[in-house]
Amino acid sequence: MLFVILAPLALAAVAFAAPSQVRRPLALLVGGLLHLAGVAFLWVTRPAPALGGWLEFDPLARVVLPMTSVLFAVCAVYAQGYLKRRPDRDNRIFVGGLLVLLSAMTVVALSQHLGLLWVAIELTTLSTAPLIYFDKTARSLEAAWKYLLVCSLGIALALLGTFFFALAGAGPGGPRSLLLADLTRAGAALSSPWIRAGFVFLLVGYGTKMGLAPLHSWKPDAYGEAPGILGALLAGGVTSVGFISLARVVRVCHAAGESAFARDALVGLGLLSMALAAVFMIGQRDFKRMLAYSSVEHMGILTLGLGLGGAAAAGAMFHTVNNGLTKGVLFLAAGNLHRSYGSKRVDDVRGAARRLPISGPLFLAGFLAITGSPPFSPFFSEFAILNGALGGGRYVVGALFLVFLSIIFVGMGATVLKIVQGDPAGAPEVKAHGDSWLTAAPPLVLMALVLLLGLFLPQGLKSVFDAAAARVGG
Amino acid sequence: MSAWTEMVFILVVVLDFFLLASSRLRAVIRAAAAQGALLAVLPLLLATHATELGHVLALSIGAFVVKGVVIPWLLMWAIREAAIRREVEPIVGFIPSLILGGVGVALAFAFSSAMPLPIPEKHAFIVPTALSTVWTGLLLVVSRRKAVTQVIGFLVLENGVFVFGLLLSDFMPTMVEAGVLLDLFAAVFVMGIVMFHINREFSSLDTEKLSALKD
Repeated sequence: MLFVILAPLALAAVAFAAPSQVRRPLALLVGGLLHLAGVAFLWVTRPAPALGGWLEFDPLARVVLPMTSVLFAVCAVYAQGYLKRRPDRDNRIFVGGLLVLLSAMTVVALSQHLGLLWVAIELTTLSTAPLIYFDKTARSLEAAWKYLLVCSLGIALALLGTFFFALAGAGPGGPRSLLLADLTRAGAALSSPWIRAGFVFLLVGYGTKMGLAPLHSWKPDAYGEAPGILGALLAGGVTSVGFISLARVVRVCHAAGESAFARDALVGLGLLSMALAAVFMIGQRDFKRMLAYSSVEHMGILTLGLGLGGAAAAGAMFHTVNNGLTKGVLFLAAGNLHRSYGSKRVDDVRGAARRLPISGPLFLAGFLAITGSPPFSPFFSEFAILNGALGGGRYVVGALFLVFLSIIFVGMGATVLKIVQGDPAGAPEVKAHGDSWLTAAPPLVLMALVLLLGLFLPQGLKSVFDAAAARVGG
Repeated sequence: MSAWTEMVFILVVVLDFFLLASSRLRAVIRAAAAQGALLAVLPLLLATHATELGHVLALSIGAFVVKGVVIPWLLMWAIREAAIRREVEPIVGFIPSLILGGVGVALAFAFSSAMPLPIPEKHAFIVPTALSTVWTGLLLVVSRRKAVTQVIGFLVLENGVFVFGLLLSDFMPTMVEAGVLLDLFAAVFVMGIVMFHINREFSSLDTEKLSALKD
């Protein structure tokens, strides 16, 4: 289990030390593939917990880690083409930072200790902040500053929440530990006022990391200015492991008998995120910022599903995978569009389907998938969440869910169609930045996966989602 | 001994108010450094027979070096490089932020008296001091325009979290305590680098100019 954490770290060291600007991106590829192989090995062998129970490949890790690993490997291939096109920029920090990020995300996914979890979340922030500044423009600097400040605040509050949890278990008969297994076993021995207060701080902290409204203020800026590849990893990987962290917190609340309180907060925040995304999605002039609001929306959907529990929670676990993969398609395709037109304004970009015969249609297909059109897999996970809401008698929640989804479909569709359709003649163009195999094939692979999961969901995967939902209290 | 401990807690809260009221950046940095140094004394004063001496010393010396010396020095270096002296026109004025700070302290005391402490043998001032300081840090971050003041706000917030952590120092693994100091250092370090670039890019450390991105 340590291999999947240490291998990317070692390669990050290699990347920082490597002198060659041209060969350095290969470290990403090697790191991505080694990680993928390591995760596949974990999946097959199902090893026992490591490091005294601090790391475990539990059902929640099973949901998020393979998806993150696939996403990273695909992005690593994409990076080979992307970084070749940006010879003007020093890629030392970029390559090294991405590998550190992979290692940190792996620790978050596997961590069974709330303190270790917190340190790893902090590391994901620190390793990505300099990457947002990759373009070295004033705008990307502003985005990096906001990202760092807002996320650091969130993380500091999450630490306070973690301390509250530790204090809740410090009384007589308490576990005096931050291991999830100890905390859940202690159950009612935990001091419930401190669990409640701790949950609020942890929700704010990890909610900031996920980008739930109203804590999302860094998201449009960071996703808008970051290179597409980083956007894909932030929106698909980092936010997903943030969600898993929140799910672990909910697991403790459930064990302490405070789940009703936690669930109401989650449902409220989830609906608020969807509503806010719907408002800002309409008439958005910048297609990368539009994707950021889509990410806010989907974090809302995940939180809502987690809050509803039962079948909806299993749907949310499925949706974590679907959202991660589809966000990969969208951000990588958007990155190709941005490169080719030299602009991410809706006013400048048109006729993408004709100029970029792979990325243009992929962007459209990604939009259809993310807004929940069949036969793509997000349709099935969103349907499962809706089903869970209605089955649990939450008719108002279900109705609001549908209303927000339709508004977002229309709002996002108007923007996407403007970009994809039409005649590209006269639109700004950067020469020699058309579709190439290295930049167009990676999102295509992810899209195929999304389609495949929609058409056929193996029983083995389905039981993982159910087990993960059961882990957080069903 | 107990009188000294109470004195330190009270001084930490007094410094919170000073931080909110002062406009000269050098004074603010010095106050934050003084608060950091005071916090370094707390693990020694609060140590019981249950705490191991090694942990107490590590926490105390670590806090003194990082919070009291290194980070204030970095901040002083940053304002010298950028030639800025005071916080002009904060988003929330100095008097209103003092009042808000006072409200925060009152709320912190109300909150901590409402919450039963699972370990009653611990000092009763820990929770209210921690929460007041966290609140002060948050206020500084959201109500000030200069990047340096926002970083100080973040530091003060971390100071508050540190005070709270003292409740747990008997049984929490060292890793979490070390993580606090390490992450704090790392965060400010990265912030410092970014600030350096802000300086070169905009020839000022005013985050108000960072406002091209909005909807």
